[in-house]
Amino acid sequence: MSYQGKKNIPKITSDRLLIKGGRIVNDDQSFHADIYMEDGLIKQIGDNLIVPGGVKVIEAQGKMVIPGGIDIHTHFQMPYRGTTTVDDFAQGSKAALAGGTTMVVDHVIPDPGNSLLEAYDQWRQWADEKACCDYSLHVDITHWSDSVQQELECLIKEKGVNSFQVYMAYKDYYQMTNSELYEVFTFLAERGGIAQVHAENGEIIAEEQARMLQMGITGPEGHVLSRPEELEAEAVFRAITIASQTNCPLYVTRVMSKSAADIISQARKKGNVVFGEPITASLGTDGTHYWSKNWAKAASFVTSPPLSPDPTTPDYLNTLLSSGDLSVTGSAHCTFSVAQKAIGKDDFTQIPEGVNGVEERMALIWDKAVTSGKMDENMFVAVTSTNAAKILNLYPRKGRIAVGSDADLVIWDTDSIRTITAKTHNSAAEYNIFEGMELRGAPLVVICQGKIVLEDGNLHATSGVGRFIPCSAFPDFAYKRVKARKQLAVLKAVPRGMYDGPVSEYSMSRGGTPSASARTSPTKQPVRNLHQSGFSLAGPPAPDDIPIRPAGRRIVVPPGGRSNITSLS
Amino acid sequence: MSDCRREWNREDELPVYLAGPISTGPNQRKSFGMFSSVEGAFESKTIDFDNYAVGRQGSRTPRSGSRERLFDTRKPVGQTPTEAREETLTDSPRDGDDANTGVEVRTSSRDESPDGKNEKLLIKGGRVVNEDQSLYADVYIEDGIIKQVGENLVVPGGVKVIEADGRMVIPGGIDVNTCLMKPFLGIKPVDDFLQGTKAALAGGTTMIIDHVTPQPGDSLMEVFEHWQEAADKKACCDYSLHVDIPEWNETVKHELELLVEEKGINSFQVYMAYKDLYQMSDSQLYKAFSFLKHLGAVVLVHAENGDLIAQEQRKILGMGITGPEGHPLSRPEELEAEAAFRAITLSNRVNCPVYITKVMSKSAADTITQARRKGSLVFGEPISASLAADGSQYWSKNWAKAAAYVTSPPLSPDPTTPDHLHTLLACGDLQVVGSAHCAYSTSQKAIGKDDFTLIPEGTNGVEERMSIVWDKSVAMGKMDENQFVAVTSTNAAKIFNLYPRKGRIAVGSDADIVIWDPDSVKTISARLQQSASEYNIFEGLECCGGPALVLSQGRVVYEDGNLQAHPGTGRFIPRKPFPDFAYQRVKFRNQGKQGVTRGMYDGPVHDVACTPKYITPSPSARTSPTSNQPPPIRNLHQSNFSLSGAQADDNVPRRSGHRIVAPPGGRSNITSLG
Repeated sequence: MSYQGKKNIPKITSDRLLIKGGRIVNDDQSFHADIYMEDGLIKQIGDNLIVPGGVKVIEAQGKMVIPGGIDIHTHFQMPYRGTTTVDDFAQGSKAALAGGTTMVVDHVIPDPGNSLLEAYDQWRQWADEKACCDYSLHVDITHWSDSVQQELECLIKEKGVNSFQVYMAYKDYYQMTNSELYEVFTFLAERGGIAQVHAENGEIIAEEQARMLQMGITGPEGHVLSRPEELEAEAVFRAITIASQTNCPLYVTRVMSKSAADIISQARKKGNVVFGEPITASLGTDGTHYWSKNWAKAASFVTSPPLSPDPTTPDYLNTLLSSGDLSVTGSAHCTFSVAQKAIGKDDFTQIPEGVNGVEERMALIWDKAVTSGKMDENMFVAVTSTNAAKILNLYPRKGRIAVGSDADLVIWDTDSIRTITAKTHNSAAEYNIFEGMELRGAPLVVICQGKIVLEDGNLHATSGVGRFIPCSAFPDFAYKRVKARKQLAVLKAVPRGMYDGPVSEYSMSRGGTPSASARTSPTKQPVRNLHQSGFSLAGPPAPDDIPIRPAGRRIVVPPGGRSNITSLS
Repeated sequence: MSDCRREWNREDELPVYLAGPISTGPNQRKSFGMFSSVEGAFESKTIDFDNYAVGRQGSRTPRSGSRERLFDTRKPVGQTPTEAREETLTDSPRDGDDANTGVEVRTSSRDESPDGKNEKLLIKGGRVVNEDQSLYADVYIEDGIIKQVGENLVVPGGVKVIEADGRMVIPGGIDVNTCLMKPFLGIKPVDDFLQGTKAALAGGTTMIIDHVTPQPGDSLMEVFEHWQEAADKKACCDYSLHVDIPEWNETVKHELELLVEEKGINSFQVYMAYKDLYQMSDSQLYKAFSFLKHLGAVVLVHAENGDLIAQEQRKILGMGITGPEGHPLSRPEELEAEAAFRAITLSNRVNCPVYITKVMSKSAADTITQARRKGSLVFGEPISASLAADGSQYWSKNWAKAAAYVTSPPLSPDPTTPDHLHTLLACGDLQVVGSAHCAYSTSQKAIGKDDFTLIPEGTNGVEERMSIVWDKSVAMGKMDENQFVAVTSTNAAKIFNLYPRKGRIAVGSDADIVIWDPDSVKTISARLQQSASEYNIFEGLECCGGPALVLSQGRVVYEDGNLQAHPGTGRFIPRKPFPDFAYQRVKFRNQGKQGVTRGMYDGPVHDVACTPKYITPSPSARTSPTSNQPPPIRNLHQSNFSLSGAQADDNVPRRSGHRIVAPPGGRSNITSLG
């Protein structure tokens, strides 16, 4: 099902809606105007609109009307060792709509060695069947080979995917070496993709996990102890370095700690094209619960990178989000039931990773950032919706209230107070990591594809109406700077006269110079054998009485240098 | 004499004051302070550190062998030097007059005498500058050891007096990073231990620590002995050795243990660059760090991201850039900063001190600074080259000149780098100055004339090191003279556990002393240098400050521009593990973590279909980054989901109705899930 196919759905086309008396809040400005929608599109914006009869009118009564949220990171219906996350696309997108999010972007995770395209088709099938709101897909690159390159080419050009996640963690499984990352980033930079990274140092994690288990720590606290936030910061630093070398825009998924966020904001100050995505969990709660005596509760917080045990982290991340150093928010919604989490009851490394958050995302940011005065309403729209749309190249179709945009709107009630609890949430999980939290601000009315899906607290979501929204390559938001830099950064060799002085003899045992065709799987093939020497201990030692100064050669350099050194002595 | 020494090495025959562990030595000495020209001062001060030489009692010819040759040429006294020393050891200073008979005989020939081992020297009227304070005092030296520091010293007759005229008297420099024998494609640098140590002495450096660089597959022990043999023959000043670890396996671990326990090595370098040669993966680094911490050694890191360098080199060569400018282009400073960051992360995890060799760029230095602010145990070593030159010369039209600057990490093309590094050095964020002296001749550099990746890497700097720091830091007002002593000598001695034998002018310390002339002005030029290389990367640099006189082992080796170095006089200085400067904090940080004691989870557990026995990461797993064999060490997220099969929960009602209400404070157990 594609964008064009939407006309075939009669329910949508019949809807005509007028929102009266609202205050439209976009990421750049707020103004009072009415909105008229037809066929799932915004047709008119302004005062005293001339609309046909028989239109349903919603009185906004001066409340904010914002573009529907875009949750840029979800894992609905994710298979994990024979089981699946309890929230499938229907359940997950319902939760999203209930929270004011009208579009989700899910991660396709092919198993290493499997075809990316097949996995993509599988996800499309699941989502098309069940999704209640529009969706788009990221594809995770779990291994690297020529066939993967071809599939990526196809995904970018034909399948409407422009963002791909690579992993720096999960050693011996998803993890990629630095060389592979370099190649992936180079590849994506040429084709206009966004490189997303799961940034954690997998090698050190593996070592630390072994150490923790050896020390007898098997509970969920081992998870956070074996993945200290430094490892996240280190990997972020490395990813930024590689991205800057390859001139590829970088998107760091799941910023969970202060130090990782700091690295991102420093890099942005230096001019790197990098986006950071804190998630609902890291913005709303901290990692102290890993030490809870209640195993099931502690396990429900397990996600990677872990929540930081530093209780000031959420506040700090909200501040950076307000200042624009972090760009977008996701939820990384990936829920497992307690019984599923209990797979790892004797070994924390086996606990399925994931927390809830798709429903709470918007309200949580409103409460923590806007009501606390860190952020204004326009910035709120930017981080919950507009920036995501820009990165995915969906702007202004999504992420903005403008004529011609999709009619995904939320009327936001800034004053309502709700208490989050697993009893009333729309997810199928038994635990909610934000349990008991009182949040100010909630969606009053949610309009998705021009249809009212939430009104008066009643959710009327319909499975299967969600459309796949294709994302095109080279989003301006990320690539404009990259393109400009590409033109600047043309390296040139220095034209010199030939060096025709003496050349020392050296053993020819060295490996070949790096051949461009050499595959960079880190096998022992010597790509670059700098410093390899034929010096052996058994050989005759150099005589001690060699003249100390070789032939008294001295080179006098005239000011400005000489173009050639033909006359050495 | 060697017989005598060998006997001393037997534990039971050691004199009482030598029998204890060496760590008592420094402590005793400390308690006497600076002015201990009093009775009893000598008794525990004239310790012959040689006798502690760990690993010396083996088959190897001790460096005393070489000295013996020298002593043999001159036999005016009926005593061997050791005997003479024994006498001074046992005698109190006041009634040591009879021992002076020997000295007086020697006074006549003291100026010419090449060894001067037993020479008694008095430096009068100088300002003694240590890292903590400066004071006017005379220094009396006997047997290569400082015997008295203070005013109006009572000294025996026949003492050669050096008038310092109020100039600074500082501890001799310690150059912590030289590569005098580092082979590259089978060729060795033109400066060997003789040439290199002569250059060091001429610059006011009286001790070097050289890098032993074995190739992968070599026995570390054999290569170490090869180095030691060469150095014993040629070195003109005291030396010690770092050993580089080119690979990681069980044999290496065993050899490292031996090197630490028997050979007196406490510092080892690992590489994050040189892909497929020296480079180690993060897992290997983690293991190496853990192991070295357990041995109490200092981990030196060559911090550059080798994977990315290999990629960049290929790219740059592919663009047709083959000259030396390709070197910095393929190794941008970010890669250095990234690796420094990673090394610090690893060291934080393992809780061991880490020492970043060759800090060449602002961003790497900043990374170290930030980490120190957070409490990481990290030391940074800028080198002469990064403190005085920048990378703009890589673009020189003169190939030979451009190639002379090639070193790794490369000099930063940012011309403000040296200034920034000096600032950090002055405020203590960077601790020691090395030279990374590794001089190749132009014809050796020309191996890479068509491919910059083959240019041997290394710059000069051992001779210029002290002057550069003086000129750019002290003369510019960034740093005071005490900090100058700290960064050129004392900090190095502390980090590598040589303090206070080296790096301080105090009673009992080695008489490695420099009289520093802050006003002398010298223009650095390849014509005047001691090094054998044709190029000097500091060519034309005018440096304020230089050594006026250099004492090594209590002997004048450099005076007014005349160098009188003697090959083979350099002694190997063994170093004990667990240097306090680096390891004291580590000990306090070694606290175990504890798991949470919980009731057993007895709720429902989801069935995991087809459970392959998930192995938890086994520490013994080899971590060579070959991805060929895919034993999933950690199989998180692995699923047996098949595209064709129906999903287990396609028809599952959306909610099983399990809800858990967590009471405030949490429940200890969740027995009642339903």
